[in-house]
Amino acid sequence: MYKKSLFIIFLISAGLRGVAQPNAGLTIPKGFTAVKLVDGYGKVRHIAVTPQGGIYVKLNKLYKSKGILYFKENTTTHQYVLTNSFGNYTGTGIYVKDQYLYASSDEEIFRYKLNEQGDVINTEAPEKVVTGLPSKGEHESKSIVLDNSGNLYVNIGAYSNSCQEQDREKGSMGMSPCPVLNEAGGIWRFNANGNNQTQKAGTRYATGLRNVVGLDWNTQTNSLFVMQHGRDQLHDLFPSLYNAKQSAELPSECMYELHNGTNCGWPYIYYDHLVNKKIVAPEYGGDGIKSTTDYQNPAIAFPAHLAPNGLLFYTGNKFPAKYKNGAFIAFHGSWNRAPLPQEGYYVVFVPFENGKPTGQWEVFANGFAGAIKTPKGAEHRPCGLAQDATGAIYVTDDSKGTIYKITCTGK
Amino acid sequence: MAIKGLFLFCIPLLGLAIAQPKKKVPVTQTIAYKQGKEVYKKVCLSCHMEDGGGVPRLNPPLINTTYVLGDKQQLISIVLKGMKERVAIDDEHYSNNMASHAYLSDLEVAAVLTYIRNSFGNKASVVTPAEVKQVRAIIAQSK
Repeated sequence: MYKKSLFIIFLISAGLRGVAQPNAGLTIPKGFTAVKLVDGYGKVRHIAVTPQGGIYVKLNKLYKSKGILYFKENTTTHQYVLTNSFGNYTGTGIYVKDQYLYASSDEEIFRYKLNEQGDVINTEAPEKVVTGLPSKGEHESKSIVLDNSGNLYVNIGAYSNSCQEQDREKGSMGMSPCPVLNEAGGIWRFNANGNNQTQKAGTRYATGLRNVVGLDWNTQTNSLFVMQHGRDQLHDLFPSLYNAKQSAELPSECMYELHNGTNCGWPYIYYDHLVNKKIVAPEYGGDGIKSTTDYQNPAIAFPAHLAPNGLLFYTGNKFPAKYKNGAFIAFHGSWNRAPLPQEGYYVVFVPFENGKPTGQWEVFANGFAGAIKTPKGAEHRPCGLAQDATGAIYVTDDSKGTIYKITCTGK
Repeated sequence: MAIKGLFLFCIPLLGLAIAQPKKKVPVTQTIAYKQGKEVYKKVCLSCHMEDGGGVPRLNPPLINTTYVLGDKQQLISIVLKGMKERVAIDDEHYSNNMASHAYLSDLEVAAVLTYIRNSFGNKASVVTPAEVKQVRAIIAQSK
């Protein structure tokens, strides 16, 4: 009897977890539906969907010795099936453009020719578009995006928190000028059709960006937008200037619109969304209040440490009108907001009008983390975003390797 | 009568007093452990997290790893010198540099390492200020 009731409880809980959970456990606006397409592939970072609806994802940890997975929908069962896997390198960036699949390791960018169905023709012989990019530990992932003019943009993250003489050491002052900026801490532009381009063959398109993971080309403004991961540890490093709560709430996570030559100011400044100012960093003589008008202003600023890992401008027609040309951002979720609770672990939406954010951002999809919002305790952590030709969007999770699809059903 | 009563009352106390040296005080009840917890909260928690679990891909965990439970000299050295090498722990890599914490006193380093080695499910011997002093001297010599 006891065993039997245990069994029933097990069945009920399994049912609740697996089948009965509406919208795959996510909280989303009314009229939208979310489903898990696949699950259990590990560190699934960025995602690209072909015009034919096939899904490519880049892994940061090899799955059965492969770093790129390709999923296609079975037309009979409508289940997504792992159709192909290839590439023996780990990484973050992946993008589909003009009959090519681009994918990055932390040092190189490859491309694979696609056939009419969107399948890679030869998985074993990619072209090496870019080679020898710096990867020195911190902020090593290389996110990529293409514009409509044959250019490839790649983030080269700063291998430092705030360009201190001794990285992350209490009281250590900033190097001036910051030498890291010569080869990192910015966006580099390359010829998308080039071969074996070294960093020198590219252009430093924008600088003063600590680390960008989420980036996207805005086809309405015809410009590049990026999300910066702001600096860490204001209180740990300068306890006489910042208390723990200030350190948890600062600096802002910023969205920037970039053009050739834009300087966003890292490591010399950070943005404070509570006073809407660019504040001089403590490593460079700042006191937490002193501000400057130098450097690019963010297009919009978010609370600190939320870790924006995915950016997507919505160009589809299947979502309500307010979503058109607006931005979705996947916030991976914070780790250094103690003593405040950790934040993020959700996808937000920022409405845009005429290429500028209007009004307030809102949480679009929440509940990825489950009961515990910590980096280790979270069940899922949103990372990559993509949109398909039908106007549905996709969210990846690099904790358990889940891919979510969100559609607008109007119900 | 009163004296007898007192005497009877004293016997178990006497027994306790004799047994005391044999019965070890648990590490978690020591002053060093409690001091270590305070140092941890102030200095280590922001990266290694409250539960010692670290942050996937960024900051390594302090739970059940040879770096924490193994050679004490190496562990003390990591705290004093910091760590920039990229090592795999249970097949995972961690990106963030650890800074030098040489500004902490021998007592603070010993306390926090005693705390870490006996928290989050860890169980290992205590670290003494003398051991920290020794490693600090070795580092100073090698400079």
